[in-house]
Amino acid sequence: MTAANGAVDAGTVLSVEDLRVYFYTRSGVVRAVDGIDLEIAKGEAVGLVGESGSGKSQTALAVMGLTTRPGRVESGRIVFNGVDLRRQSAEAIRNIRGRDIAMIFQDPMSSLNPVLRVGEQVADGMRVHQPGRRRMAVVLDELLALHRLRRITGRIKARVVELFRRVRIPGAARRVRSFPHEFSGGLRQRVMIASGLAWSPSLLIADEPTTALDVTIEAQVLQLMAELQQEMEMGLLLITHDIGLVAENCDRVYVMYAGRIVEEAPVRDLFTDPRHPYTQGLLASTPDLDDDREWLVTMEGAMPDLTEPFPGCAFYDRCPHRLDPRCATERPPLREVGTHHRVACFYDSPQAAGVEARRGAGQGSEVEPVGGPS
Amino acid sequence: MTERPLVTITGLKKYYPLPRPLRDIALLRPAPVVRACDDVSLTIRSGETLGLVGESGSGKTTVGRLLLALERPDEGTIEFDGADLLDLEKQELRGLRRQMQLIFQDPLSSLNPRHSVLQAVAHPLRTHGEIRSANEGLDRVVELLSTVGLPATIADRFPHELSGGQAQRVCIARAIALRPKLIVADEPTSALDVSVQAQILNLLKRLQRELGMAYLFISHDLRVISHLSERVAVMYAGQIVESGTTDEVFGHPRHPYTKALLESVPRPKLRAARRGEVIRGEALDVATVPPGCRFEPRCPYSQPECLDPQPLRPTAGMRRRVRCLLDRIPEPAVSGQKGDV
Repeated sequence: MTAANGAVDAGTVLSVEDLRVYFYTRSGVVRAVDGIDLEIAKGEAVGLVGESGSGKSQTALAVMGLTTRPGRVESGRIVFNGVDLRRQSAEAIRNIRGRDIAMIFQDPMSSLNPVLRVGEQVADGMRVHQPGRRRMAVVLDELLALHRLRRITGRIKARVVELFRRVRIPGAARRVRSFPHEFSGGLRQRVMIASGLAWSPSLLIADEPTTALDVTIEAQVLQLMAELQQEMEMGLLLITHDIGLVAENCDRVYVMYAGRIVEEAPVRDLFTDPRHPYTQGLLASTPDLDDDREWLVTMEGAMPDLTEPFPGCAFYDRCPHRLDPRCATERPPLREVGTHHRVACFYDSPQAAGVEARRGAGQGSEVEPVGGPS
Repeated sequence: MTERPLVTITGLKKYYPLPRPLRDIALLRPAPVVRACDDVSLTIRSGETLGLVGESGSGKTTVGRLLLALERPDEGTIEFDGADLLDLEKQELRGLRRQMQLIFQDPLSSLNPRHSVLQAVAHPLRTHGEIRSANEGLDRVVELLSTVGLPATIADRFPHELSGGQAQRVCIARAIALRPKLIVADEPTSALDVSVQAQILNLLKRLQRELGMAYLFISHDLRVISHLSERVAVMYAGQIVESGTTDEVFGHPRHPYTKALLESVPRPKLRAARRGEVIRGEALDVATVPPGCRFEPRCPYSQPECLDPQPLRPTAGMRRRVRCLLDRIPEPAVSGQKGDV
């Protein structure tokens, strides 16, 4: 067990330092997560925003110790409540995962067993982490459940019903006996949240939790998550591609691009004063209800091939402000530009420069280079 | 506007029967039906974009399929460019099909994996006898590719070699090959990243300017719809609940569902300006619809009269229609004024 050092004070739930996750594939080493730092305080809602392939999900999986081959956590420290997770045994991590760190994913259906009643699945999650419980007992339990020989009763059932009430599943007492297919997408996600909350975790990682849901249901689920988070003082890591979600649900945001954090800021600053050209581009290319822009601003090109190491800035090829040759050869470190506002860019962009629609930027020439990574 | 619309749909109905348990068949009970599309009327004018917005299962895709004559409605009429679509012989219908094309959500699954880009884009030209082989159409394909912002070199590639954005551009090139008057775009950017989505939206807009096509743009994403459409129709549980110009409908929603939908949209604004109240409940099962307003079970303003059937009725304002008996949505007591312009 590593003692928490100076950078990690008592209020920090999770602190990630220089995390690298590489995938060893036939076509080369994919640097999915390429040296990122991240911190979440107790009760803080943090957003991690990026497009597909930016490494945001891999970051979450690495924190949970769920990186799968050919991926490997290459280096870095993952300190959770003062404990360096990378130095723990698999057994110890298993005890933390699902109890102290809960995770919910995009598609609740694929996280649920279709042939087990939802109540039993939530109960399973609770049994696994009962103190002093042997692994064999868990396996036996699962076998019984699979053969419909076990029914949840007594205290456990009462707990499950209470959890279902807590996530506002209507008719909780009856619904614990339902199967996943009898639930709508929104209700399934509520079951996942209930399951995650069973042991009052101090950190909830939600990876695109509402992407598969309709907007009105999305709003309901997010509201529920926000309420529970405040009630239980959990840290929340909300991973999403939708920068609008972050605006409404997070205190602080990290923007990720090509495996790196390019900007971190309190949510207000990110939207009023984005500093990284990528953040600016992302905001400008997102249509909004009340914008009258004729054309959306587009970022030309695509994310670089992550198998090629690039010494400079990952956004170099697409950047409208690049400074030659420095941006191509030197990786810009995160530097302070405001209170808790840091950006990995050499260019000192004037306030909110990129947000004003550059009219006509999208016309004609927005050709993607052929043969980008895909 | 006095000119005749390109598309006029009136009273369109499409019910899908559900499988019936044996017991119900024995008892001669009628099969339950999904009212995917129930009394839908709308018009699309030449060169304009009509946004059709709704959540999953609201029937918006069914409307698109009916409009393209991919399925026959149970009731209602579809007039396309002056012709009654449901009253045509196969041959005539085929001729009309040139005028209407379709773009789907997932570009990779709408391209044949064993056809090169050249073959894919040349396909409609061949089908309609403009060229005899793909190679004969090479020049035209290359021109089409450049119209959608793709280099000629991409013609030899196969779908798996394309990025999502490139594949969608190929689908667009294929759709415009025959110079259609109407394109039905069914969630064309939902599978794409925002930065790519922006490119595709700009492209669709530019093509509309250059070629003068009308779009029926189907999407669940109100932000995309509001960016692209001049007019919108909001669907809920198989019915249009509100329609009108985008500015009117999104700026001053008259139907409680439209309002709820708008307030659910995540905005890149601040947390302080958070939505007022999250709408309760979930969309109803379209197999068991009440006779009255379908939104009534979730509606914060419901009253006894809402249980009677509600027609889509015109209200004040330009071609504005609302399926609600309220004249206006009461101001919420909780303050929280929404700053939509």
